[in-house]
Amino acid sequence: MIEVIVSIFILIGAALSALGSFGIMRFPDVYGRLHAATKSATLGVISIMIGVFLYFLVVQGDFVGKFLLTILFVFLTAPVAGFMISKSAYNVGVKMWDRSTQDDLAEDMKKYRKNRESNS
Amino acid sequence: MAFQILINIAIAFIWMLLRDEANVLEFGIGYVVGLFILYFLRRFLKFRFYFARVIALVKLILLFIYKLIEANIDVIRIILRPKLNIEPGIIAVPTRLETEWEVTLLSTLISLTPGTLSMYFSPDAKTIYVHAIHVPDKDKAIDEIQNSFEKAILEVTK
Repeated sequence: MIEVIVSIFILIGAALSALGSFGIMRFPDVYGRLHAATKSATLGVISIMIGVFLYFLVVQGDFVGKFLLTILFVFLTAPVAGFMISKSAYNVGVKMWDRSTQDDLAEDMKKYRKNRESNS
Repeated sequence: MAFQILINIAIAFIWMLLRDEANVLEFGIGYVVGLFILYFLRRFLKFRFYFARVIALVKLILLFIYKLIEANIDVIRIILRPKLNIEPGIIAVPTRLETEWEVTLLSTLISLTPGTLSMYFSPDAKTIYVHAIHVPDKDKAIDEIQNSFEKAILEVTK
C-alpha cells in the first residue's frame, strides 16, 4: 500500500518536471519561460522529496529531516532566482513577446531612472 | 508577544516539575495547559492572544499550498494546449504592506502562484511589478492578489 502512495508521489514529481522543461521550450519569451521553470519544477521537486521522505519513514523506519529541509530551501530559492533573472532581463532590455498586451513597468521605469539621475 | 510565549513556556515548565517527570510529553501537555490559561486570561493581556497569529499562519500556509497546486495545473494546461492562446503582460500591483519582510513574503508567494511572477519593485517598495502569463482583465488580477495573499499576510503580522 505505502509503495503505491510513494510511487504516485514520485511519478507526479517526474511528470511535473518533464512538463516544466517542455514548457521552457514552448513559451515564447524569457518571462514566460521563467513561469514554467519556477512553478512546475518547484512542485515537481517537492513531490519527489515527499515520496522519498515517506519511503524512508515507513519502509525503512528512518526519519530523515534533510528531505523536509530540501523542500524548505527549494521554496526559498526558486522565487528569488525567478525574480533576479526576470529583473536583470528587463534591465538589459530583453524584449517581451510581440503579442504581450501591456507593460506598466516601461513608463514607471523611465520615471525611476530620471529620479536616480537627478539625485546623483 | 514574546512575553506571552515566555509565560507559556514557564507554565509548561512548572507543570513538568509538578508532575515530577522530566520529559517532552509532559512539557507538551503543560504547554497546552498554558495555552488554555492564556486564552481564558486574554482580556488582561496588553497584546492580542499570540496563538491567534499561529492559527493565521497555518491558514496562510494552507492557502499557499492550495494556490501552488492550482498554479501548476494552470501552467501545465497552457503548455499542453496546441496553440499558445495567451496574452502576457506586466501589471503594477500596489500593496498596503509596510515592512520589508512582509513585501518579500508577498512577492515570493506571488511568484509561486497561478500565472504570476514578481519581477520588479518600485524604489519605495509600495508597488510590485508582476509579469502575468494571461491577463484578460487587469483589475481582476490585481484584486485577486490583494484579496487573497495580502489579506492573509496582514492577518499574521498586524
